[in-house]
Amino acid sequence: MLVLDKTNFETEVLQGEGYIFVDFFGDGCAPCEALMPHVEKLAEKYGDKLKFTKLNTTKARRVAIGQKVLGLPVIAIYKDGEKIEELVKDDATPENIEAMIQKYI
Amino acid sequence: MSKVYDVLIIGAGPAGLSAGIYAGRARLSTLIIEKEKDGGQIVLTSEVENYPGCLEGESGPTLVDRMAEQAKHFGVEKVYDEIVEVKLEGKEKILIGKKGEYKGKAVIIASGATSRPIGCPGEKTYTGKGVSYCATCDAAFFEDLEVFVVGGGDTAVEEALYLTKFARKVSIIHRRNELRAAKSIREKAEANPKIHFIWDSVVKEIKGDGIVNSIVLENVKTKELTEIVADEDDMTFGIFVFIGYEPKTKIFEGILDIENGYLVTDDNMKTNIEGVFAAGDVRVKSLRQVVTAAADGAIAAVQAEKYIETL
Repeated sequence: MLVLDKTNFETEVLQGEGYIFVDFFGDGCAPCEALMPHVEKLAEKYGDKLKFTKLNTTKARRVAIGQKVLGLPVIAIYKDGEKIEELVKDDATPENIEAMIQKYI
Repeated sequence: MSKVYDVLIIGAGPAGLSAGIYAGRARLSTLIIEKEKDGGQIVLTSEVENYPGCLEGESGPTLVDRMAEQAKHFGVEKVYDEIVEVKLEGKEKILIGKKGEYKGKAVIIASGATSRPIGCPGEKTYTGKGVSYCATCDAAFFEDLEVFVVGGGDTAVEEALYLTKFARKVSIIHRRNELRAAKSIREKAEANPKIHFIWDSVVKEIKGDGIVNSIVLENVKTKELTEIVADEDDMTFGIFVFIGYEPKTKIFEGILDIENGYLVTDDNMKTNIEGVFAAGDVRVKSLRQVVTAAADGAIAAVQAEKYIETL
């Protein structure tokens, strides 16, 4: 998975082409930590079909708020720089995430 | 034929892990089935001050990590699956999950509870967009912004104190005119210059434009409505909700005795079905804390062992 930060979010996601997967997580967020291994597995499984990225929002607060992310975890799909679907908090389960990925590949 | 365990435990929070530690140590073959993440509610807690042996700096996740390690040390197995159906009658109990079926001689239900929502318009829409039930997850977004905390119990006030490390101002909205939280916590809050109180009030609506920018409160005595709009420069504020819990007992409806949503047990954690026990936040009790969850788990495991001996 491509690790994003506040300096490359713009170029990698907002100026990116096609479908891009973003995992918004943060320091000290236990649900995010629990979810990450599942996301890593999905990245392995679907990595050739979709660009997988993750952003630590603790170090990129303004970027996250700019994306209307004010709660974690959030798993989002971007298309040509626009967020087209997201799963927030309790809805961000491994099953729901895989179902969302399958819609766009 | 799949393996028949001595003990199946639903949930890997403090109650389930404690039951696992006792069952594993008693050399019972034990499987913990966890839906999502270890730890249950307590992993969302920033500071655990009142569990015996926990000193300053202990957080929910650090405490639970050690409990999980301890259970593993005693040979307890764990699987991640969500139980959707149960067959609890008879000598062989069957739990049916999304991924597989699990068989055991005894079952300990430690499925816990989830945060209770306010239930007002806008709450669901703005969850993760300003509305949160987890300060450790989301506090950092509100650095130098304003935050509202809904609730007046221990959890609400403790989390409000944690939020003062980030937010510019923390207002506690409570439906009564005094806090229910323990005196020591209350005193800390009253002495904190960042904490303010909005008494006798409930949240009627949460509004926004992609993210939260306004909250409508009702004074329960005068029925007067007040709308608080986010500061123009801030654009938003946080609303952290800690008004109690809802037990996860849906799959046991019509099978086990339930009172106000909670499972009914006797002092030995026995439910109305032989060999089925409940422990922790999921059962009817007067105090829902890590220490009582751990105690429940221990009792349930010892009782399960006794029950298995009679088979």
